[in-house]
Amino acid sequence: MYKILKAEKLAANIYLMDVEAPRVAKHCEPGQFVIVKMDEKGERIPLTICDYDREAGIVTIVFQPVGASTTKMTNLKAGDAFRDFTGPLGRPSEFVEEDVEELKKKKFLFVAGGVGAAPVYPQVKWLKEHGIDVDVIVGSKTKDLLILEKEMEAVAGNYYPCTDDGTYGHAGMVTTMVDELVEKGNKYDVCVAIGPMIMMKFTCLTTKKHDIPTIVSMNPIMVDGTGMCGACRVIVGGEVKFACVDGPEFDGHLVDFDNAMKRQQMYKTQEGRAMLKVQEGDTHHGGCGNCGGEN
Amino acid sequence: MADVLKRVPVREQDAKERAANFEEVCYGYNKEEAMEEAARCINCKNAKCITGCPVAINIPGFIAQVKEGNIEEAYKVIGESSALPAICGRVCPQESQCECKCIRGIKGDPVSIGKLERFVADYALEHDIKPAKADKTNGHKVAVIGSGPSGLTCAGDLAKLGYEVTVFEALHELGGVLVYGIPEFRLPKEKVVKKEIEKVKELGVKFETNVVIGKSTTIDQLMEEEDFEAVFIGSGAGLPMFMGIPGETANGVFSANEYLTRSNLMKAFDDNYDTPIAAGKKVAVVGGGNVAMDAARTALRLGAEVHIVYRRSEAELPARVEEVHHAKEEGVIFDLLTNPKEIHVDENGWVKGMTVIKMELGEPDASGRRRPVEIPGSEYEIELDTVIMSLGTSPNPLIASTTKGLETNRRKCIVAEEENGQTSKAAVFAGGDAVTGAATVILAMGAGKAGAKGIHELLSEK
Repeated sequence: MYKILKAEKLAANIYLMDVEAPRVAKHCEPGQFVIVKMDEKGERIPLTICDYDREAGIVTIVFQPVGASTTKMTNLKAGDAFRDFTGPLGRPSEFVEEDVEELKKKKFLFVAGGVGAAPVYPQVKWLKEHGIDVDVIVGSKTKDLLILEKEMEAVAGNYYPCTDDGTYGHAGMVTTMVDELVEKGNKYDVCVAIGPMIMMKFTCLTTKKHDIPTIVSMNPIMVDGTGMCGACRVIVGGEVKFACVDGPEFDGHLVDFDNAMKRQQMYKTQEGRAMLKVQEGDTHHGGCGNCGGEN
Repeated sequence: MADVLKRVPVREQDAKERAANFEEVCYGYNKEEAMEEAARCINCKNAKCITGCPVAINIPGFIAQVKEGNIEEAYKVIGESSALPAICGRVCPQESQCECKCIRGIKGDPVSIGKLERFVADYALEHDIKPAKADKTNGHKVAVIGSGPSGLTCAGDLAKLGYEVTVFEALHELGGVLVYGIPEFRLPKEKVVKKEIEKVKELGVKFETNVVIGKSTTIDQLMEEEDFEAVFIGSGAGLPMFMGIPGETANGVFSANEYLTRSNLMKAFDDNYDTPIAAGKKVAVVGGGNVAMDAARTALRLGAEVHIVYRRSEAELPARVEEVHHAKEEGVIFDLLTNPKEIHVDENGWVKGMTVIKMELGEPDASGRRRPVEIPGSEYEIELDTVIMSLGTSPNPLIASTTKGLETNRRKCIVAEEENGQTSKAAVFAGGDAVTGAATVILAMGAGKAGAKGIHELLSEK
């Protein structure tokens, strides 16, 4: 069992947990992910690592409820435990392996969308710890949904919050902020964009326009996460890759996002049904013909 | 008096009924049936059947005990060579191993060795007969990577010799392919697999789940930081292969590994579990091996019409005869000498059909089997909503790429000596699918035994 030391609601529908997982904490690097399984009947859920404390053996995860298992996970409190917690999985971000002096010559731009701020944070933090200041754009629909602001500000060189509805920071999508920074004369060697597929797709279109090489982190459907099932295959540069062993980070200008978005919808209806079962519990006894509650 | 040339038939669940449930197909022998079948064994002096068994079980020896009704004694005889008899009795291809060497087979049916082994093992599980344990540990620490057939066998054998063994498993359940790959109706998980693993635990073997070697820690770290003196790699098969035809990333195209993992390991067939499975209404399973049969029969039980699409003819099907027979009985349709060309996708990205082409058999190829050749102009389309690719696997790179000095071959399999499992790296041994590529449970067990022998030879000299 993997004990939960802290459980916090960061925003409506976004949750953070500190979990005791010494083997993962000891070996994880920015860019990697874990798979958690809440209980015997739960799904294996791939989640990005938001932070880690090697000494204390603690890994921080951030998640949004999207299916039955993640909805149940929102009820977990400090003192509860995950039945399973595996990782770190996937390959670390490329810069982790690079020469720090070379890295210092590069100008990084990070673009996070929504809950994507969580996987971006350890990357920015790692670079900061290695003496590299980077620009960070974090976008959300509205001010209340912006997460990890204080933490991000502390490690970012320049921090640019954006809200779609203009309630905070730059008003508009992250892509318009990218345009603005480039137009102001900023030159970037690398962009790292992490967030919902649609946000990564449009960020890549924008950075392509500005000729900035861009890395994205794919979060497709997964089962085992160790290269066994092939559920997570994505098309990159016309080739089939497994996000769990070849990724999760890929060259964003080569990723087939339309295919990836279609694949992500695969279990939408089934997940919806299972989620309804969790939310409505025993109160729903069928008849609507849509939700599967009659089974 | 029964016909001595014929084997005692084994009771099975009715084909129609079982096609709609996940209960075990074969009921196995009861004691009377087992004793009657055992009486058919003529106890050859130079027993050929033993040479056919990858772990060399003393077959006439245990059958002689069954004949007398001494089932506990029979279990002890098997236990000298095999740690997992309830599993082997169910999934070994006996017809091409021990049973095909049986003298009885010349004139009639060979002795039903597999069913007898299964009876003895099930009897031991039911009566809680424990395997013999080492008196005390010898203080040597050994790490085993993977809790599938090779790892369990290696761990069991070493524990019996007094080693302190820890098995590291990447997934959340123990058993490897026995739990994620082979379906419930062929190998019950609670009743058989869990109990067999319990017996390995009783020998003193420790297990740690959720540890992905190469990621959570490495072999070098296990040896340097956690004081393991030797390591056995039994990490199993790897990444599923696809055909590379158009439409293969569509929704509704799965690897057999994914389909079976969802159903077997995650129990997606049971509504009480959260993991979904797109069962499909009309399913094509591409391939002809045991895994293809397992996927086909799983889809059938989930309510689909199922076609096996295989490019050679029935004679070349790599699956066990018994599995093909069971699949047919249950209603799986075999489209033989047929090969997919393209998968068609609807506007939502889902599979809607597949173009296939008829094949004929030409000259034998390197594998000795006649090579299938396309018949020009014979393409036709089939309507489908699900395609399951069962084309085998290529080795998982996680361990080889993170272990210094571990040699792999052209096919990226780990190179290891057959007789003792020794790899190119000192004190590191390997066996099973990680070395051979996809093979059978019993061959992996044989490799686990060889690895245990190799490790014992190394560490007992220390």
